Amino acid sequence: MAALEIHNVRKEFGSERVLKDVSISIDSGEFLILVGPSGCGKSTLMNAIAGLEPVTSGNIYIDGEDVTWRTPAERDIAMVFQSYALYPSMTVRQNISFGLEMRKVPKAEREAAVERVADLLQISHLLERKPAQLSGGQRQRVAMGRALAREPKVYLFDEPLSNLDAKLRVDMRTEIKKLHQRLGTTIVYVTHDQVEAMTLADCIAVMRDGHILQLGSPDEVYNNPVDMFVAGFMGSPSMNFIRATLEADGDGYALRIATPDEADLLLPWPTARHTAGLVEQLDKPVILGLRPEHFSEEDVRLSEQAEGTLLEAKVSVVEPTGADILLRLPLGEQEITARVGPKCEVSPGERLALRVDMSRAVLFDAETEQRLA
Amino acid sequence: MSETPTRTALRPTASGRLQAWLPRLVLAPSVAVSLFFVYGFMLWTFVLSLTSSRMLPSYDFVGFGQYARLMANERWWVASTNLMIFGTLFIVICLVLGALLAMLLDQKIRQEGALRTVYLYPMALSFIVTGVVWKWLLNPQLGIQAMVRSWGFESFEFDWIVDPDMAVYTLVIAAVWQASGFVMALFLAGLRGIDDSIIKAAQLDGASLPRIYWRVVMPCLRPVVFSAVMILAHIAIKSFDLVVALTGGGPGYATDLPATFMYTHAFNRAQIGLGSASAMLMLGGVLAILIPYLYSELRSRKHG
Amino acid sequence: MANVIRRQTPAAKLWRGVLYAVLVIAALFYVLPLVVMLMTSIKPLSEISAGTLLSLPQNPTLAPWTKAWGEACTGMRCEGVGGYFWNSFAIVIPAVLISTAVGALNGYALTKWRFKGSELVFALMLFGCFIPFQVVLLPMAQTLGWLGLSSSRAGLILVHVVFGIAFTTLFFRNFYVGIPNELVSAAKLDGAGFFRIFWRILLPVSAPIIVVSVIWQFTQIWNDFLFGVAFSAHDTQPVTVALNNLVNTSTGVREYNVDMAAAMIAALPTLVVYVLAGKYFVRGLTAGSVKG
Repeated sequence: MAALEIHNVRKEFGSERVLKDVSISIDSGEFLILVGPSGCGKSTLMNAIAGLEPVTSGNIYIDGEDVTWRTPAERDIAMVFQSYALYPSMTVRQNISFGLEMRKVPKAEREAAVERVADLLQISHLLERKPAQLSGGQRQRVAMGRALAREPKVYLFDEPLSNLDAKLRVDMRTEIKKLHQRLGTTIVYVTHDQVEAMTLADCIAVMRDGHILQLGSPDEVYNNPVDMFVAGFMGSPSMNFIRATLEADGDGYALRIATPDEADLLLPWPTARHTAGLVEQLDKPVILGLRPEHFSEEDVRLSEQAEGTLLEAKVSVVEPTGADILLRLPLGEQEITARVGPKCEVSPGERLALRVDMSRAVLFDAETEQRLA
Repeated sequence: MSETPTRTALRPTASGRLQAWLPRLVLAPSVAVSLFFVYGFMLWTFVLSLTSSRMLPSYDFVGFGQYARLMANERWWVASTNLMIFGTLFIVICLVLGALLAMLLDQKIRQEGALRTVYLYPMALSFIVTGVVWKWLLNPQLGIQAMVRSWGFESFEFDWIVDPDMAVYTLVIAAVWQASGFVMALFLAGLRGIDDSIIKAAQLDGASLPRIYWRVVMPCLRPVVFSAVMILAHIAIKSFDLVVALTGGGPGYATDLPATFMYTHAFNRAQIGLGSASAMLMLGGVLAILIPYLYSELRSRKHG
Repeated sequence: MANVIRRQTPAAKLWRGVLYAVLVIAALFYVLPLVVMLMTSIKPLSEISAGTLLSLPQNPTLAPWTKAWGEACTGMRCEGVGGYFWNSFAIVIPAVLISTAVGALNGYALTKWRFKGSELVFALMLFGCFIPFQVVLLPMAQTLGWLGLSSSRAGLILVHVVFGIAFTTLFFRNFYVGIPNELVSAAKLDGAGFFRIFWRILLPVSAPIIVVSVIWQFTQIWNDFLFGVAFSAHDTQPVTVALNNLVNTSTGVREYNVDMAAAMIAALPTLVVYVLAGKYFVRGLTAGSVKG
C-alpha cells in the first residue's frame, strides 16, 4: 500500500488552472522531491497534500485512507515551512510540544517526545529559548523538531533550506539525509534547487505549469530526461543544446553540426544507442544534448585507447571553480560549456582538443522538444 | 472550506465544516451591527427626511419637500457657507503648518521628541475642552485683546468671537491648534519613509536643501497629503463639539455649521424631517470626498 | 534627513538659529493655551479681572478646583463635574474593552481565515469609520428608546461599541495582515482550531496593537460630546457634557477660574494617557491613514 497517493488532482484558482491532473504514488519511507521553476505548482501541491488548500477535483490518500476532505489536523501530516513558522511567544520546548498538546497527549509522553527530538537534532541546550533568540540554522532544526515530535505518517518540507546561507544549506542538507536514513520516514520535499533534489531524493518529480513532466529516480531524471525542459533544468551548469542535423553515416547515424567558416563537424551516433524512431528523423534538424562533463581534455598519451570523438575548438572563456574548470567554446554556431579537470592549462583564444563521450548524449526533436534517443 | 465533493470522496467531517464556518460566525454579529446601525440607520434617516416629521417621527411622506425647505432656509446657507470657509481654511492652514513643522523637525533637531509631544498633545483633548479654552483666550475683555492692550497697544482689536462677520475664523484658529500637530505627525512619518538614497542622489546632482525638499521630497508625499486632506475634511464636516463650546453657533447663528444646524433642528426645535434632510446632505458631502479618494486609491493600486 | 552633510558656514549657522526660533515659537503657540488654562484655574477671581492672561498667579488657590469638582452648577444641578467624571469612566471602560475585543476577533477572522467575500465584509465595516454621526442620531435615539436604554449609561456604551468596532477592526486587521499566514498554517497542522490559534498564537504577539486600540478608543470615547449630549440625561451624562453645561450656564458672575478648572478635570485623563503612551497614540492616528 502506498504511503501517499495523489490521484488526478486538479486545483483551480478562479479561472487559473494551477495543478492539472497530477498523479503520484510513493511508498512508505520514500523521499520524494517536487522540483521545478517558480509558479510550476509545487507549493500548491504541497499545500493540497497538507490540507491547507482544498483541491478542485481528485483524491488524496494517506496509507490507503481518503483524506481529500479532511482538515489538516486530521491528516496526520507534519510540515516544515520555508520561514519555519515558529510560534514567537512560546519557548522551543513549547513549540515542539504544541502539536502533541493539541492532540491531548499526556504530559509525560510529551516531555519524552521533546527530549527525544531535541537529542536527535542536538538542540537540547536551546529548549528554554524563544525563537527570536535563535539563529537561522537553529530555528530550522526546531521547525524540524516540531514535525518529528508528532511522528506523523508523512512529512512535508517546503523549501526549508532556502533561507539559509550557502554553507549552512549544504550542512543541513546532509543532516536531513542522515535523518531520513536513520528514521525511514516518508517525506515529500519541495525545492527549486536541483542540486538539493539530486542529493536528497529517492524519487524526483519535475514539475512545470502544473504538470509533472517526469517522475523518476535522480539517475533517471538526470541521464534519461524525458524532454528538453527536464534535461535543461537538472544539472548545473545546464546541459548544452546543440542544433544539428541527423544524417546517415554508413550503417549508422551521425550528427552534422554546421560550422561557419570551417568544415562541418560530424559526430557519430553510437551504435549501442540506435532506436527505431531515428530513421524518421533522417535529414531533419535535431537537438543534441551534451552535458558539460561529457567533454574531457584530450590526453595525448592515451590517444589511441581513448573513447569518444575528438574535436577541437577555440576557447573563449575560462572559469576556474577550484574543483574543476568550466570552458566556453564555440561548437558549430553555438557556444557550449565544457567541464574539464583543474589542471588544464589553457587561455582564452587558444585552441583546445576535447574528447566527447557520445554514449551519454541525448537527442531531442527540434520542434516538440521531446526526447528521441 | 467545503467545495462540491467528487463522487468517490468522503464528505467533510463535522469538525471540518464547523472550522470553515467559524470565521463567518465570528464576523456575523459585527456585520449585522454594521448593516443595521450604519446602513440601516442611514436609510432610516433618509426616509425621515422624506417625511413631515416634527417633534416625533411620522411617516407621512412629502417627497423632497424638506430638502426644498432646506435650500430656502437662510440659516442653512449660512451654515453651509461657514463650512466651506471653515473647512477650506482649516485644511489649507493645517497642511501648510503641518508640512512646515514636519520639515523643520526633520532637520536632526535634538529636542525632536519633546517638540513632537508638544505639537501633538492638543489632539488628545476633547473639542469641548479646546472650545472652552479658546473661548477664554478670545474673550475681548479678559483675553488676548485685553492682554495686548495692557502691553501698550491701546487700539489693538481682536474681538472676532463676538463679531458676526469674523467669528467663523475663530473656529479656524481653535481647530488648527487642535489638529495641525496630527498633520505634522503624518508628514513626519511620510518624510521618514522616503528612501534616503533618492535624497543622496539629488545632493550629488548638486541640489540645495530647499530645492531637494520642493522638487524631490514633496512629490513623494502626495499620498500623505491625500490622507491628511481626507481626514481633515472629515473632521471639518463633523465639527459639532467645537462650535458648541467655542461660540454656541453665535453670535446669533453666524457660526452655525451643518452639524449644529442638524442637532438644533432635530433635537431642540422639533424639526425632525428638516434635521434629517440636513444630515443626509452632510453624508452627501462626506461621500463627495470619500468616493473620489477611494477611486484614486484603487486606480493607483492597480497601476502600482 | 539625518544623513545629510551640513555646511558649517556662518550663514548655515544663522539659518539653524532661525530654524530653532521658528520651532520654539510654534511650541509656544501650542503650549501657551494650556499654561493659561492652568494658571487661570488657580487664580482667585479678583486676580483674573485685575490682571491679564499671562500674569502669574499671586495668590494661587485650589478653591476653583474643589468648586469645579463638587459645587459648580451644571444646568439645574450644582454638584460640580466630579460625578460626571466617574460617569465617563463607567461608560468608557466597558466600551473600550468590548470594542477592542470584538475588533481583535474581527481582524483575526478577516485576515487569517479568508473566505469569499471577506474583503467585501471588511470594506462594508470600514465604511462605518467615515459616516458623519449626525446621520444616525435620530434612528439611534428611537432604537435606544425601543430597547429601553434611552438616557442610560448602558445605552451610551452600546452606541460607542457599535461605532467603535469599525476602527478597532481596522487597527487589528492591518496589524494581523503583517503576521505571516504560515504561523496559522503550522498551528492548523498541529491540530489547533479557530479560537485556540487566536488565543495561543496571535494574542500573545498582539500587545502593540491592543495598546493602540485601547488608547485610541479611550481618547475618542472619553472626548466624545455628540453622543453624550444626544443620548444621556442628567444622571448619566459624561464629563464633556457636564463641562459644556457648566461653562454655558450663565447665572450671575462668570467664574472663569472654575471654568478652567473644570476643563482641566475633563482633559486630564486623556492628557495623562497621551503623556504616558504618546507614541502608541500616534501609531493609532497614523494606522488608519496608512491604509493597507
